[in-house]
Amino acid sequence: MHTSPWTADPDYAETVTQTRWPGVALHVVSGKGGAGKTTIAAALALALAHDGKRTLLMEVEGRQGIAQLFDTAPLPYTERKVAVAPGGGEVWALPVDPHEALLDYLEIFYNLRRAGSVLKKIGAIDFATTIAPGLRDVLLTGKACELVRRIDKNAPDAYQAIVLDAPPTGRIAKFLNVNSEVSGIAKVGPIHKHAELVMSVIASPRTAVHLVTLLEEMPVQETVDGIEELRADGLPVGGIFVNMTRPAMLSADQLVQARAGTLPLDAIAAAAAAAGVRTDPALVAAALGLEAREHAARVDLETRERRRIDELDLPTFTLPMIPDGIDLGALYELALLLRSKGVR
Amino acid sequence: MTVRGQLSVDAPPLRIDSILGDRSIRIIVCTGAGGVGKTTTAAAIALRAAEQGRRVCVLTIDPARRLAQAMGLTTLDNTPRAVEGITGAGSLDAMMLDMKRTFDEVVEAHSDPERAQAILANPFYQALSSSFAGTQEYMAMEKLGQLRTEADRDGTWDLIIVDTPPARNALDFLDAPARLGSFLDGRFIRVLTAPARGAGRGIGKIAVMGFGLFTGVLSKILGAQVLSDIGNFVAAIDTTFGGFRERADATYALLQDLGTSFVVVATPERDALREASYFVERLKADGMPLAGLVLNRVQVVTLTEMSGEEAIASADRLDDGDEIESLTAALLRLHAQRQQIASRQQHLAERFTAAHAGIPVTTVPALAEDVHDLQGLREVGQLLAEA
Ligand SMILES: Nc1ncnc2c1ncn2[C@@H]1O[C@H](COP(=O)(O)OP(=O)(O)OP(=O)(O)O)[C@@H](O)[C@H]1O
Ligand SMILES: Nc1ncnc2c1ncn2[C@@H]1O[C@H](COP(=O)(O)OP(=O)(O)O)[C@@H](O)[C@H]1O
Ligand SMILES: [Mg+2]
Ligand SMILES: [Mg+2]
Repeated sequence: MHTSPWTADPDYAETVTQTRWPGVALHVVSGKGGAGKTTIAAALALALAHDGKRTLLMEVEGRQGIAQLFDTAPLPYTERKVAVAPGGGEVWALPVDPHEALLDYLEIFYNLRRAGSVLKKIGAIDFATTIAPGLRDVLLTGKACELVRRIDKNAPDAYQAIVLDAPPTGRIAKFLNVNSEVSGIAKVGPIHKHAELVMSVIASPRTAVHLVTLLEEMPVQETVDGIEELRADGLPVGGIFVNMTRPAMLSADQLVQARAGTLPLDAIAAAAAAAGVRTDPALVAAALGLEAREHAARVDLETRERRRIDELDLPTFTLPMIPDGIDLGALYELALLLRSKGVR
Repeated sequence: MTVRGQLSVDAPPLRIDSILGDRSIRIIVCTGAGGVGKTTTAAAIALRAAEQGRRVCVLTIDPARRLAQAMGLTTLDNTPRAVEGITGAGSLDAMMLDMKRTFDEVVEAHSDPERAQAILANPFYQALSSSFAGTQEYMAMEKLGQLRTEADRDGTWDLIIVDTPPARNALDFLDAPARLGSFLDGRFIRVLTAPARGAGRGIGKIAVMGFGLFTGVLSKILGAQVLSDIGNFVAAIDTTFGGFRERADATYALLQDLGTSFVVVATPERDALREASYFVERLKADGMPLAGLVLNRVQVVTLTEMSGEEAIASADRLDDGDEIESLTAALLRLHAQRQQIASRQQHLAERFTAAHAGIPVTTVPALAEDVHDLQGLREVGQLLAEA
């Protein structure tokens, strides 16, 4: 390995030992679609569960992403243990289904579960949960807040932290800002009151909204815009998780040459020949030079995007691309990395 | 030899230029999972078509900011505007969908000013037109229908290219409008508004038995005001235009027309290809014409004849202490990394083509930079055409 700016841990300054987010009970993980929200949310739940803690990983988009990630059969709408963390901790999972959450709500607040089947028949449940997103969101975030209040009440079944695998950046502020969302539909009434209760948890220091991004132009732009929107709505921004980064392959000097097309191709050809390559060494050197130039362009773009993230001046956690994809082992690896960067 | 290698797919080539040259094709729909490059592909195909002499309108949805700027999409007026800098005899107009505005215009076009005002001011309408699931898809279809009518009437365009909304599920574009339409025309709404239209008419037994119960529950949860907003909305809209579902079905029929062609976009990743598979199967089931698959952001390898294993083995034989040798080793390892990505993509592409034999495919390499000017779009268009 080389010693170059590229091998230095960009989060070095962030490597600390005390609790990273004191007082935070609800971790909301958002980010561009496909950037790794579900993966990072799971790794975060694992990291926070180290040393005997119990955390809950929640998902709300009805996609059984947690089951896929932990390679289990589809999970029912109940809290269930899905993994153990080093040091005896536990990660539990809860896929929240909006239909069930609505029936729950009717039961808890009105003792009306049986009305559910009639409401379902005429499409009222569909209306409330799929067509009108404001209502659906207040039910989903309401569930997260109920879990946080368990902590506050010191309930025996309370978790130490709740991690929510949330909708993507483009929808996150709207999703969390349920107050203004339902106001279009319900200006008064119990749903409205419920929304206010939810906001008192979400727009408070009990919550941190984290954003997952890639070192690419559009995901970073979405992150920048997302943070602005969250702040405008008074929602607490947590950290930025830069996911799927690739290792540094060339040193800064080598990159300069690659970019300028001034790599010593003859000498490279000779070295390649000495290393026993089977193809014509001159052609090998020329092709490697072209590949290096493309790589340099990519590194430049990543450097530029990294700078924009740095300018946000938020705690940043960089996670590598795991070459063979994500399985349980990889999740542990990511969780350990988060621990080493002070996540606990 | 150092031929720049991409995926070698066992599928017939997707020839974009012969589609663009076929004057009977008047609508091209670009679809796929979120973030795969639908908007970029739609814009690139539109530019290429225009520069080959067609009179094109491209309807984009949520384009990346700089791409929008490059196409002159800075005024958000929901109307196609000429894109500057096109060469050749054709023309290119571009627009960005404004879903609320499109809905407002539908309302305005179908009711007298007074009634339109009442609808636009209705809180339920405001929620419906700005945040309901499916509204964006519905309005994209609606806008497509409008553009097509305008093209037929005025001869403004001979080709309309449509981008699709960023849904996690590519099928939403096809299904969401009908779903929303059925809801708006459906039993729930009728029951809610029954008092306004004579209770019980066509509602059936459940309503008669349960009417009091569920309006009671709903007004408890939502507040009574919501029910009366919905009632007023439906009463106002009912007399202005026919069923929502009917409108959605009419545009859907346009998509089944032989003058329409679907281009499915995917990146060589598992999730994106899974969405592409669903979509391809659905098109077949509904008899909709598929042009083929664009595999976008494909890893390019220059030194195709050296495998990743050989590169690593050679690198390991070099001395890290020597400047040139360590440089050469680093370059070989970089090559191995590219080969590794390329072979994973190759494997995923093979799985797709095996499951969907005969579907034409073209590939577009992953460019080092994002695409945000006309020159970049031209390049992508060229790469698309080289199947
Ligand atoms: N650090 C990583 N290394 C390698 N692969 C990763 C990493 N993080 C995520 N992935 C992979 O990237 C893909 C997308 O990740 P994930 O499903 O977590 O994203 P998401 O943001 O939840 O997506 P969606 O928007 O669809 O919900 C998955 O195949 C996942 O295994
Ligand atoms: N072949 C490509 N090479 C490099 N970047 C690309 C390529 N195709 C698309 N992109 C970039 O990927 C991002 C997402 O593309 P976009 O067309 O907006 O996707 P979608 O419309 O499917 O969400 C944009 O930043 C775009 O510039
Ligand atoms: Mg996910
Ligand atoms: Mg798009």
